[in-house]
Amino acid sequence: MMLSAADLGAIWLTLKLATTVTILLLIIGTPIAWWLARTQSWLKGPIAAIVALPLVLPPTVLGFYLLIAMGPNGFIGELTQSLGLGTLPFTFWGLVFASIIYSMPFVVQPLQNAMEALGERPLEVAATLRAGPIDRFFTIVLPLAKPGFITASILGFAHTIGEFGVILMIGGNIPDETRVVSVQVYDHVESLEYAQAHSLSALLLIFSFVVLLVLYWSQRKTANVGVMK
Amino acid sequence: MKLMTYLCLMITLVLITIPTQADTTHIAVASNFTGAMKELIHVFEKSSSHKVKASYGSSGKIYAQIKHGAPFQIFFSADQAKPFALYQQGLTAEKPFTYAFGALALWSSHPDVQHNELTRLQANDFNKLSFANPKLAPYGIAAREVLENLNLIQATQKKWVQGENIAQAYQFVGSGNADLGFVALSQVKNKTTYWSVPSKLYSPIRQDAVLLSSGPNMSSGKNDTAANAFLQFVHSEQSQAIIESYGYTAKRKLLEDTGAIQ
Repeated sequence: MMLSAADLGAIWLTLKLATTVTILLLIIGTPIAWWLARTQSWLKGPIAAIVALPLVLPPTVLGFYLLIAMGPNGFIGELTQSLGLGTLPFTFWGLVFASIIYSMPFVVQPLQNAMEALGERPLEVAATLRAGPIDRFFTIVLPLAKPGFITASILGFAHTIGEFGVILMIGGNIPDETRVVSVQVYDHVESLEYAQAHSLSALLLIFSFVVLLVLYWSQRKTANVGVMK
Repeated sequence: MKLMTYLCLMITLVLITIPTQADTTHIAVASNFTGAMKELIHVFEKSSSHKVKASYGSSGKIYAQIKHGAPFQIFFSADQAKPFALYQQGLTAEKPFTYAFGALALWSSHPDVQHNELTRLQANDFNKLSFANPKLAPYGIAAREVLENLNLIQATQKKWVQGENIAQAYQFVGSGNADLGFVALSQVKNKTTYWSVPSKLYSPIRQDAVLLSSGPNMSSGKNDTAANAFLQFVHSEQSQAIIESYGYTAKRKLLEDTGAIQ
């Protein structure tokens, strides 16, 4: 393995980004998933479609619109500027914002599936025991949907690690700020440094395989226990 | 009956493929040259029976594809290093040649900065400075040289944002996210304001092209009449004028300027 200081910096930055995004997505995604799992509203379809959009859109489209929207003349840019935060492109928090949108379906959908699989029964039983809605959510839904949370965390984290197109569009390739592993691999390949590209790529490949292995292993385990259908 | 259908199909296929193979050349072109190349092809196809099919992309990607047998007959790179590397590996039919010299411009899309590009740069009065990544793009190397020659590396370094190529460096400025950017003159030729960087501030950006030799998947470039005809056209006065009109210095012009070339 031949990893330079720049490579290690990119790895550290990527892990920092993926961790931040995963935590924020669990906080933001849980109420969205809960609402999607329970609602009868006509808005369910449109909201579910918006959440799922990044699955379909090419990352370049998403990145292009984010670059414009987060720029000084875009609506997000005007908002962040009026809040005194400056503009988001070329910053770590700009990447966090973009990644939250980009990885949203990978967190919301497993959560929603797990919550829908619970059904009405456990909640009704809890209600007869005088548990309030908030009490029910924390004592019934969260523990029973745990496999969903595990899947959502792993997928959200892994998908952010693998992000490339969006970051390329809004990152600006700044060391220790926006130059993540996938961009670093791209730079190595483009500048014909194939040996360094191999080291980093192999690392990503092994990492992705292990992550998916853990994911399927944990799903099989929970399936055996019979929590998830 | 089945046999007849099959035969008919085969004959049709052969009839379709023979003329196209003889008359169409596939070329790979560095993205910064896209505009000029489209016009070159357009003009060429008007006066010739041959056809040119162009793929545009980053030189690094094209290089990797050619090494792995991509069916291109001519490679128009954004630099000299990649065609030369292919030449050294025996993957070309001839030596590379320079088809255009790139020029650099300092540009802003911000009304307050426009007309004051250089003063703003020297006063360090801007939010971000965008240019192509010097590791990947010759225009990026040139931009760095300009900053070096202006003694601005230290002062501006914290405000650098780098695009993976010159198109992205342009995009960062065009979308208003960076106040200033070093872009290719060819990209801003039609804009009202930019600072055309004096060529003494950076070493020439030579863009080389090379005729490729046959690989497992390609017909030999050397024996390809369409490829040769197109190369001849690129060398012509008419092409050189087109190339210049897109903000490059063509070989002809440089010959006159310096009195010598090689």
